Amino acid sequence: METTATVSTTRRSGNLTSRLGDFGPTYGALFALVLLVVANAIFTPYFATLSNLWNVLQLVSATVLVAVGMTMVIATGGIDLSVGSIMAIASAAAAVSFGRGTAVAILFALLTACAVGAFNGALVSGFRIQPIIVTLATLITGRGAAQVISNGGQLIPFSNPGFEYLGKGYIGPVPVPVVIMLAVVAAGIFIMRATSFGRYVLAIGGNEAAARLAGVKVHRTKIAVYAFSGLLAGLAGLVETARLGASDAQKVGLYIELDAIAAVVVGGTALTGGRATIVGTLIGALIMQVITTSFNMGPFGLNPLPYSWGLVFKAAIILLAVYIQRPKLA
Amino acid sequence: MSQTVLRMQGITKVFNNVPALSGVDLELARGEVHALVGENGAGKSTLIKIMTGAYSRDAGTITLEGKHVDFRSPQDAQAVGVVAVYQEVNLLTFRTVAENIYLGREPRRWGLIDWKRMNADAAALLKSLGLEIDPRATLGSLNIALRQMVALARGVSFGAKVVVLDEPTSSLTEHEVNILYDVIRRLKEQGTAIVYISHRFDELYAVCDRVTILRDGKLVGTRELASLEKLDLVCLMLGKRREELRQGTTAFAKLELTPAGGAPLLRAENLTRGRRLNDVTVEVARGEIVGLAGLLGSGRTETARAIFGADPIDSGSVYLEGRPLGIGSVGRAIAAGVAFLTEDRKAEGIIPDLSVRENLTLAALPALTTLGVVSRSRQQAIVERFMGRLGIKAASADQKIRELSGGNQQKVLLARWLCRNPKFLIMDEPTRGIDIGAKGEIQALVNELAESGLGVLMISSELEELVEGSSRVVVMRDGNCVGELRGADISQRTIIQTMAEGSASDQKAATEG
Repeated sequence: METTATVSTTRRSGNLTSRLGDFGPTYGALFALVLLVVANAIFTPYFATLSNLWNVLQLVSATVLVAVGMTMVIATGGIDLSVGSIMAIASAAAAVSFGRGTAVAILFALLTACAVGAFNGALVSGFRIQPIIVTLATLITGRGAAQVISNGGQLIPFSNPGFEYLGKGYIGPVPVPVVIMLAVVAAGIFIMRATSFGRYVLAIGGNEAAARLAGVKVHRTKIAVYAFSGLLAGLAGLVETARLGASDAQKVGLYIELDAIAAVVVGGTALTGGRATIVGTLIGALIMQVITTSFNMGPFGLNPLPYSWGLVFKAAIILLAVYIQRPKLA
Repeated sequence: MSQTVLRMQGITKVFNNVPALSGVDLELARGEVHALVGENGAGKSTLIKIMTGAYSRDAGTITLEGKHVDFRSPQDAQAVGVVAVYQEVNLLTFRTVAENIYLGREPRRWGLIDWKRMNADAAALLKSLGLEIDPRATLGSLNIALRQMVALARGVSFGAKVVVLDEPTSSLTEHEVNILYDVIRRLKEQGTAIVYISHRFDELYAVCDRVTILRDGKLVGTRELASLEKLDLVCLMLGKRREELRQGTTAFAKLELTPAGGAPLLRAENLTRGRRLNDVTVEVARGEIVGLAGLLGSGRTETARAIFGADPIDSGSVYLEGRPLGIGSVGRAIAAGVAFLTEDRKAEGIIPDLSVRENLTLAALPALTTLGVVSRSRQQAIVERFMGRLGIKAASADQKIRELSGGNQQKVLLARWLCRNPKFLIMDEPTRGIDIGAKGEIQALVNELAESGLGVLMISSELEELVEGSSRVVVMRDGNCVGELRGADISQRTIIQTMAEGSASDQKAATEG
């Protein structure tokens, strides 16, 4: 009897760990977020205020926009380091074309961003260059190109209330960037869950050779994924530019690729491709932002801590997330 | 035989409790070219890796020139002149030929590399092999064949007593193969023993003196090639007794390359791709199951992939219902109604992290999609229908396919194609590595589908499967179609005979005595 009991317990606990492993990526991240928010709400003064909530969401919106595209790129087994530079390109492209009308400027900026992304995709799929190299090249040249567009990287201030609404406006109590962010997250979820495109993305990341033999148009899909990532980066660039009220090609989107990749990883998307969760990415980005905000506000009633401590804490979270997701044997 | 250079005795190697080699002997004489042959899983590469120090052995002894040796690493083996030259050339593309040959043991003078001597040594070495290669040339400027020769020269430069050539000709053209043969002859004259691994019979008989045959990790035997008929060699590789084959009365099937009546459903014409495929023509009629037989490396899979458009070919054309299929386009082949069940489920079949549902409907998605959105209900209907019809055992359609057994994975992949309602189905080793139950079910299903008009091309290494399942068997060897058997002429005996001796050009009487 006793032996049997022991055996069944062992098996159950084995089951439990493997289950935790499976749910770890998404539910683990959600759990961590809830824990962080609750702890801060209780112990950090002024954290649990409505204005702070909107503040956190507004601050995280650009990262989330970029990270949704990044999630899909990573789901194909690739990576997109160029998103920050694409933001700068979009920002500069819009700033220099306001003369032709706000709508034209926005459209022009988004199309340019999308084209740069498609170019990434074409190099990755057509010439079989590694994504990290292709997008690193775009990261470097893109920042340069943005500064060329903006006359040598000068700050271009503008006064265009219609455009600035994208970054500064409110719909009811909700900041417009937050609305855009939620819409993009919803679109991302829809694409991954309901469309054939989303399935092709996962199939390519999961087993490219098999996807090709099943008739999946691998080239086209990859180009589209990078183009979409570029488009969302362009949108993020516009939102940031509108929020600042000026185009700063040297600064806009700087290092955002790292925040986005961190959000994707913490959210539970596998860097090896084939598995992706947009919701997880949103959660991952929120975790990072909550940490930053609470460290700035003085966590748990302490004095505001140096930013560097926040970075260390974030790094620990990233490592933990990767550890939970590591490939399991057998 | 002249003196023995290397002797391996009773070599045994076990991986995870599965024996890969058990008690294998191999003996190499000075100046001999020794072929090592065997089908998949025979243990050739394990044996070679033990010989050259890449793996340790679990039992057995190795002696080199009479002395016991115990290689702990490939470097150990190289140091005493036992070297393997692999088909993927592991050299530095941007360095010179001489640098590559002497990499890691460059001749030095006053602590610096003695370039003059290195280049002179390399030139002398290449010349002794009959190769006209400039030692100062950058390796990347040479073609694949010459790079391979440089790799070989590097092996020889260790003062090689034993050189292993693993599939040395797989990426070479006919002319380049002759260069290789010349080099091999020179090495022989210098007294080097060469182990030659190849699936191509023409090569074995052209350059090798003796052959050692392995099967399922066991030694079958070592024979003189000059006195070994091809038929006997095939029998030894496949583990069939020649006496078994002599029974039966029908003579060798006569070659006939027109299908039974009517326009064919599929006709692949003169498919040619380097040395892998040479003028291969195959026809399959509606409702017909055509078997494609041949040893490993005979061009079976290459033929299938060429028809499906998965690999580019040099020349040839494919017609489905008389209309040409775009060569090299999987998309167009699928759209036209061709389906391809791959032999390598894991590498080219399943998407491991996706569910049974998504794996099953992957090829059918275009038909289930309206304006980019997949119809969940239509997808579900297909999944339910085919999971039921093929008896796919899974916890639910949402279970990840990698958690299924091999047989169930194969059924899902078959369903992936069947739900598209194809006209022509290519199956490459459809029942390899799956349990008996699933095997029987798949075979029965394919028969049933053929009766309702599906044309099937079935590749199999299992002769029983070909004999029982096919209405016609096309036999391949060394990239050529060497014969075709039909009806009552199809038996294991006739298939093996055709593999060994059948030839489109010179068909000699196959029955001995």
